[in-house]
Amino acid sequence: MGFMKFNEQQLAEFNRLVARYPEGKQKSALLPVLHLAQESFGGWLSEEALNYVAELLQIKPIEVYEVATFYSMYHLKPVGKYVFEVCQTGPCMLRGSDNIIQYIENTLGIKPGETTADGLFTLKTVECLGACGYAPMMQLGKHYREHLTKEKVDAIIEECRKNAAVNN
Amino acid sequence: MNRKDLQTIIYAEKAKEENNKYKYKIHVCCGAGCISSGSEEVLKKLQEEIKQRELENEIEIVPTGCMGPCNQGPLIKFEPNHTIYQKVDCSNIASIVQNQIIDKKPIEEMLLFANFRTKAFINAQEDPFFKKQLKITLKNCGDINPEKLEDYLVHDGYKALDKVLFEMSSEDVIAEIKHSRMRGRGGAGYPTGLKWETVYKYISNQKYVICNGDEGDPGAFMDRSVLEGNPHRVLEGMLIAGYAVGANKGFAYIRGEYPLAIKRFELAIKQARKMGLLGNNILGSNFSFDIEIRIGAGAFVCGEETALIASIEGKRGTPRPRPPFPAESGLWGKPTLINNVETFAGIAPIINNGGEWYSEIGTPKSAGTKVFALAGKINISGLIEVPMGTSLHEIVYDIGGGIQHDHEFKAAQTGGPSGGCIPAQHIDVKMDYESLINLGSIMGSGGLIIMDNYTEMVDVARFFMEFCMDESCGKCVPCRVGTKMMHDLIKKINDGKGTKIDLERLEELAVYVKETSLCGLGASAPNPLLSTLRYFRNEYEEKIQKA
Ligand SMILES: Cc1cc2nc3c(=O)[nH]c(=O)nc-3n(C[C@H](O)[C@H](O)[C@H](O)COP(=O)(O)O)c2cc1C
Ligand code: FES
Repeated sequence: MGFMKFNEQQLAEFNRLVARYPEGKQKSALLPVLHLAQESFGGWLSEEALNYVAELLQIKPIEVYEVATFYSMYHLKPVGKYVFEVCQTGPCMLRGSDNIIQYIENTLGIKPGETTADGLFTLKTVECLGACGYAPMMQLGKHYREHLTKEKVDAIIEECRKNAAVNN
Repeated sequence: MNRKDLQTIIYAEKAKEENNKYKYKIHVCCGAGCISSGSEEVLKKLQEEIKQRELENEIEIVPTGCMGPCNQGPLIKFEPNHTIYQKVDCSNIASIVQNQIIDKKPIEEMLLFANFRTKAFINAQEDPFFKKQLKITLKNCGDINPEKLEDYLVHDGYKALDKVLFEMSSEDVIAEIKHSRMRGRGGAGYPTGLKWETVYKYISNQKYVICNGDEGDPGAFMDRSVLEGNPHRVLEGMLIAGYAVGANKGFAYIRGEYPLAIKRFELAIKQARKMGLLGNNILGSNFSFDIEIRIGAGAFVCGEETALIASIEGKRGTPRPRPPFPAESGLWGKPTLINNVETFAGIAPIINNGGEWYSEIGTPKSAGTKVFALAGKINISGLIEVPMGTSLHEIVYDIGGGIQHDHEFKAAQTGGPSGGCIPAQHIDVKMDYESLINLGSIMGSGGLIIMDNYTEMVDVARFFMEFCMDESCGKCVPCRVGTKMMHDLIKKINDGKGTKIDLERLEELAVYVKETSLCGLGASAPNPLLSTLRYFRNEYEEKIQKA
């Protein structure tokens, strides 16, 4: 799914977000609006989408680019349906996250930052997700997947493939 | 709703609790960790099981926040006996209910810590993991349903707010917090009462309160667990702070990577608004206050207060030089109080029990308790709270159950990428602000990463430096370029290609970056390196000699 415009419901949410801030400070809503845009436009922000956000907030496109490129949660390239955000930070590394990342790379045939050809999976390495108590771990959508092992990774991939098939 | 109405509700809820028809309660941990290991399915299955056995009138099932021993999840706890089962899954629920409730014979091999202790306790509170802790900040986490305001009310929720609004002036509140000697839990340990007083004293038609929930230190998950486990406690702390400093608007900045914390805090705000605990003329007083959530977007440096403020304003999260401090000129140039999640969560108990009470816990210079997140090569990883001054040895061996696979303890990293390591010869150190500084580390936000004798310290220094390099915002040269140069040098040595000159160069750079960086990220980035050099220089030298 590429870029469209906000639908009515999304526009209402946009207005709600902007209204939180004092008069003349509508730029403050930029980060939440980018989150909304990313969610609404297929999980990533195209240049068109960024320009659209600038127009809505009545700020310069460069102000939007500056912010969108700074924060790691904004995706400026299309991402797969399932984004594996694997923690690579110290505590997870002490418990073997390197091997897990390696295993996912081999299994899916992609490197961090890449997406599989079928558009299903993106691998992303991230810094500590505050889940070090159950390391090694990754985030998938809104959920943590913890105590990862090769078997668990296989099961997660399988589960995603199944879900994708059902949704089609 | 006014004060009377709230009290009526609390009385009613308390009466309900006392006349509780249930003989047992089963708490199911629904912190993000336990959820990911399947606690939601366990919860469902348990509800079915109870229904099937027609025990609904005897047993109440309560989904709760984090109970602490995250590594052992999913956890379920039976009250009133405090019996906790670990690694529960749907297939063994029927037998647990049968044995625990019907036959009254707990299944010993499934009890919490059965795999570490020679004998697991039927009353989990008797296990050193809980016995050695003192829970003030985390008091209700793991006992109440974080998604129900009524549960919080029954446990003295919003009692402190009520007291503050109707019995105390702003000055009284500030005096009480000063008296408690509480220090900010976000890392730097700045006295909380003093900070509140500074914001209070600035005259302005508009002030703000910000809750810093951008927790990003590797190894830290205290703030996430508090937000997930007892969001109203944080909200109450923010309200009290707003009243004390004269602000009417608050922002809670929560990491975007914490969806469950965001969801629960959002719900708490909604519930509080509905009850008149947020909004205009709260509980019928003259005080008006509202809170908005701001969701971060993945930038560690946004935890730094000036960067966080820039981020709320819709900009890149880059720090700016201080002064002026946010207390004088913060969000949109207005006086702004910014405190950490754990700091706010500690406020209500101080108001309820008095500053004197709090000040007597811990050590003379570090009052109260501290929440730590245990991670790394430790048997029981998870969330704990102990009085300041508890020894590292007690934390690692009594509470944490020792090192995995019976390996030896080598070092503990405190303060994440801004901190340092504490080697085995100092394992008896008392965990308080001063003692840790004396050893060349810092308290930091509370992440405690345990390393065993197989951990290579040069590698540890490398991964912390890599973290700082990745997270440097790029604004100032010493940090942007310096962390990269140091990282490359450490990596070279770690890969067995380093020379003596590299090591010298590394030490020079460390001092330079420390002294010239704009914000705390760069200024403290060399700390893990310097600290590993201080205690484990031989490991660097061995790698160089082999090269
Ligand atoms: C690089 C950097 C990251 C920080 N990250 C956090 C953080 O995640 N959470 C936090 O509360 N404080 C963080 N701080 C400290 C804040 O700047 C600030 O001191 C703190 O929020 C004040 O709250 P307190 O007085 O309650 O400790 C960070 C500081 C620096 C330099
Ligand atoms: S280090 Fe991986 S979640 Fe913290």
